[in-house]
Amino acid sequence: MQFFELFMRAAFVENLALVYFLGMCTFLAVSKNVKTALGLGAAVIVVQGITVPLNNLIYDLFLRKGSLVLGQYNLEFLGLICYIGVIAAAVQILEMTLDRFFPALFNALGIFLPLITVNCAILGGTLFMVQNKYTFVESVTYGIGSGFGWALAIAALAGIREKLRYSNVPEGLRGLGITFMVVGLMALAFMAFNGI
Amino acid sequence: MAGNKTKDVLFNPIIHNNPIALQVLGICSALAVTTRLDKSLTMCLAVIFVCAMANASVALIRNKIPNSIRIIVQMTIIASLVIVVDQVLQAVAYGLSKELSVFVGLIITNCIIMGRAEGFAMQNTVKDSFIDGIGNGLGYSMILLVVGFFRELFGSGKLFGFTVLPESIYQPNGLMLLPPSAFFIIGFMIWAIRAYDREQVEHDDSGIGHNHAH
Repeated sequence: MQFFELFMRAAFVENLALVYFLGMCTFLAVSKNVKTALGLGAAVIVVQGITVPLNNLIYDLFLRKGSLVLGQYNLEFLGLICYIGVIAAAVQILEMTLDRFFPALFNALGIFLPLITVNCAILGGTLFMVQNKYTFVESVTYGIGSGFGWALAIAALAGIREKLRYSNVPEGLRGLGITFMVVGLMALAFMAFNGI
Repeated sequence: MAGNKTKDVLFNPIIHNNPIALQVLGICSALAVTTRLDKSLTMCLAVIFVCAMANASVALIRNKIPNSIRIIVQMTIIASLVIVVDQVLQAVAYGLSKELSVFVGLIITNCIIMGRAEGFAMQNTVKDSFIDGIGNGLGYSMILLVVGFFRELFGSGKLFGFTVLPESIYQPNGLMLLPPSAFFIIGFMIWAIRAYDREQVEHDDSGIGHNHAH
């Protein structure tokens, strides 16, 4: 039950895209049609589900003060560079594994995987995990939950933008401007989850 | 002539080629810190510093970086600079760094910095890259400070923590402190910039026809 709650909170109440503004660059750039948005969303769920627990292990075993392996040193200041290295490596390995064993999935996700390394949602997920001091199991739940929330948000935005093409938008607002407004309205809607 | 180029490199990113408003880069970590002006200002200084230094460092070794691992090299440089900023902030202004929480760390994945290192510093001299970094940092700062100004002023009636609009005159609008308002303000700013500079208006390239094809 506790994990279900954490999952729901990560996905809806603390939605990475709409509440913390993370992964905005890709969020706005790749949300022009639903199919690609879903592909990217799936990639984010997978990568988030892998990197958050992985970074949790690294933090717990090596970096934090009193950790199991290097307990006598406080290496927290090395955190950022380790996390980003882990993320880059994990994405690379995931890419190779998918290419070797699941070529169909690789072709579907292919172009999005490298993009994900520089997606703030991924690094943000890890940093929130460290900040909230999640245990390993919690971090698995949080990783998948937050990835799911991000995927949901981008799929919804892509759906709205597809419909938006038929509307007559004021000249200066076309494209980026109106997208910001739509995202604002979505964020407003997501705030309703706060009460749960 | 040379002076002109420097000026262009410095000032172009502020209005004509604003990294946030035109290129949609780097808004990720930006919006969450704009609820107060002092937070925005700290973030701006951090980004200007990291962007300029990262650009200069990448430009310095641009001929020695093997092409296949250049992204990792750039990322390492940026991450090291961000760690420096983070440590300095924790030492000098601990309270502020607690409030900025994860967003200082997220400067690493700020696409402006990555984008400028990859797109500009890899082909240009150290001096130009450094100035370009400052220019792009300033473009980013402009948006951040304007958003921060409106959100703090209308959200809590204060600027830099000092009360400007007392509650007897103006009832603070709490919505401005919540995430959606940041999106609205940026949307309106883009509208304003594009009304001023019509070349930036996006044309309906797509179209509707393309959509019907499915």
